[in-house]
Amino acid sequence: MLDVLRILEQDGRVPAAEIATRLGRPLEEIQQALAEIEARQLIVSYGALVNWEKVSDDRVYAFISVEAEPEHGRGFDTVADHISRFPEVHSLYLMSGTADLQVVVEGNDFRAIARFVAEKLAPVPGVRSTSTSFVLKTYKAEGRLLAESGGDHRLAVTP
Amino acid sequence: MSGPPRLSKMVQNLPPSGIREFFDLVIGMDDVISLGVGEPDFVTPWHICDAAIAAMRRGMTSYTSNLGLMELREAIAADMQRRWGVAYRPETQIIVTVGVSEGLDLVMRALLDPGDEVIVPEPCFVAYRAAVLMAGGIPVTIATREADEFRLLPDDLEAAITPRTRALLIGYPNNPTGATMSREDLLAIAKVCSEHDVLVLSDEIYALLTYEGQHTCFASLPDMYERTLVFNGFSKAYAMTGWRLGYACGPEYLIDALNRLHAYTVMCAPVSAQVAATEALRHGDGDMQRMVAEYDQRRRLFVKGLNDIGLPCFMPRGAFYAFPRVGHLGLTSKEFSRRLLFEQKVAAVPGTAFGACGEGHLRCTYATGMQQLKEALDRMGRFVDTLRQEGASAAS
Repeated sequence: MLDVLRILEQDGRVPAAEIATRLGRPLEEIQQALAEIEARQLIVSYGALVNWEKVSDDRVYAFISVEAEPEHGRGFDTVADHISRFPEVHSLYLMSGTADLQVVVEGNDFRAIARFVAEKLAPVPGVRSTSTSFVLKTYKAEGRLLAESGGDHRLAVTP
Repeated sequence: MSGPPRLSKMVQNLPPSGIREFFDLVIGMDDVISLGVGEPDFVTPWHICDAAIAAMRRGMTSYTSNLGLMELREAIAADMQRRWGVAYRPETQIIVTVGVSEGLDLVMRALLDPGDEVIVPEPCFVAYRAAVLMAGGIPVTIATREADEFRLLPDDLEAAITPRTRALLIGYPNNPTGATMSREDLLAIAKVCSEHDVLVLSDEIYALLTYEGQHTCFASLPDMYERTLVFNGFSKAYAMTGWRLGYACGPEYLIDALNRLHAYTVMCAPVSAQVAATEALRHGDGDMQRMVAEYDQRRRLFVKGLNDIGLPCFMPRGAFYAFPRVGHLGLTSKEFSRRLLFEQKVAAVPGTAFGACGEGHLRCTYATGMQQLKEALDRMGRFVDTLRQEGASAAS
C-alpha cells in the first residue's frame, strides 16, 4: 500500500497494471489496494502540479501569518474552519511558533489579495492580527524543483 | 622526417574499448534515448555535495595521506563490518583509490610478472582484461552462459587454472549481465581457489544494488579473508561516478604493495571527493535506499517490456543492466545496436564489448527515467517488428 502511494505521489497517471509490474505484485492485489486507497480517501484527489509562472502572470500567492483567539474546548478549529471555506484560501495550517495559523492565499493580483485580507480575513471573528508576505518566485513546490533542471550531463555511452 | 615516436608494444596491442567505438557513433545525433551508460541518472544527493562544498570553504584543499583520509577509512571499516561482517583495520588494510579502476590497475601491477595469468570470467566490465594486459599479464577468459544465469561455475574455473595463474578477477553483481552469485555459488568457487592457492580479486561495486537475495562479500567466506582483495566504491550506490572514488580492502601486505604504486602514481585520491564519500557513508543510507527502490521498479518494468517485445531477457538480480538476447533476429550484436541507433535512435551497447561470449546480446542500462524507458521500449519494439518483416520477406 505504501509503495503504491509513493508511486502515485510521483505520478498520478500510472495505471494499475504498470504499478503491478514495477512492484512485482499481482494486478488484482494492486487493484484491491487502489480501491481501498480511494474508499478510505488516502488519496484525496488526482491533480496536476502546474507551473503557473510559466503559463501566465495573473496569479499571485501570499503567505499570511494569522494570530487568532483560541476558543474554549475547540482551540483554533472554529476560526480555521471559517477561514478555510473562502475559495481564495489555497491552504491553511495550524502552526507552532509566534503565529497561530498560516494561510496561503491565491489571487489574480496583489490588490485582490490585499482586499481579501482587509475585507474578508481580518474581520473573521477570532482573528487578532495578520501579516502578509507575497510570493515573488517559486523555486520548489510539492517536492519538485520548478527552476530549469541541469539536464542530463552524462555521456551517451560509458563503461 | 620520421613520423611520431614509436609507442610501446603493450599500447600498440591494447585493443580499444568496444564502448569507445560505439560512443563515436552516437556523438552528434539528436533525440537519442541512451541505454548505453554505465552510471546512475540520479545526481549525487545534495547533502553529499554540500559536505564537499563546505570542506572547500574551510580550506580542505590539500593532499591527504596516501591511503586516504583516516576518517574516511574508519567509515569504510565500519561500513564493511556493518554490511558484510568483515573486519579491516583502517590503519593498514584499506586504501582509497581513484575509482575501482585505479585499484584494479594497482593490483595487477603489484601481482604480475610477464606471462602471469589472471582468470577473468566474461562477459565483464571492459577494464578487467585491459588491466591485466597493461601490467604485462595474460587474461585467461572463461565464458559464462545465460543458461547458468551468467554465474561462474567451479568446474570452468578449475579447468582454467594453470601453474601461471595468480588470481581470479570477478565482479558480481555483474556489469553487463546483472547476474549475481549466491553464498552457495561463491562457496564452491572459494573451495577451488583455496585448493589451488588462487588469490581472489572481488569487484563488489554493485553490492548495494542487489534486488533479490543477499549480497555476500567474498572475503566473508571461510578461509577467504587472507586471500581476497575486495574492491568497492561510491559511484553506483551513491550516484557519484564523476567524483572518481573507490577503495580496496584486504591483507596488509597487499594493501601495502598497492600503496607503494599508488603513492607514485596519483599520490592520493582527491580530498574533496574523500570528504564527500565520508558523508555518503555516514548519512547516505536514506538516499541510497530510495535510489535502489527506484532502480528495482525500473528493472521489473524494463525486463518485462523487453520480454513482451520479443527480446528474451534473463532476470537480472543486481546492478542496473538488462542483457537481452537479440541474436535470434538474425543480426550480430554490433549490427543490431548500430541499426537500432540509426533507425530508432536508441543507444545500447553490443554484448561483445564485454567479451566475445557477449555475442547475441545487448547491454541496456535501466538507470534512466521511467518515461524514457517506456519510450525506448516502444522504439525497440518497432525495430524488432522491422527485423521480423525483413526476415519474413527474405524467407518467402
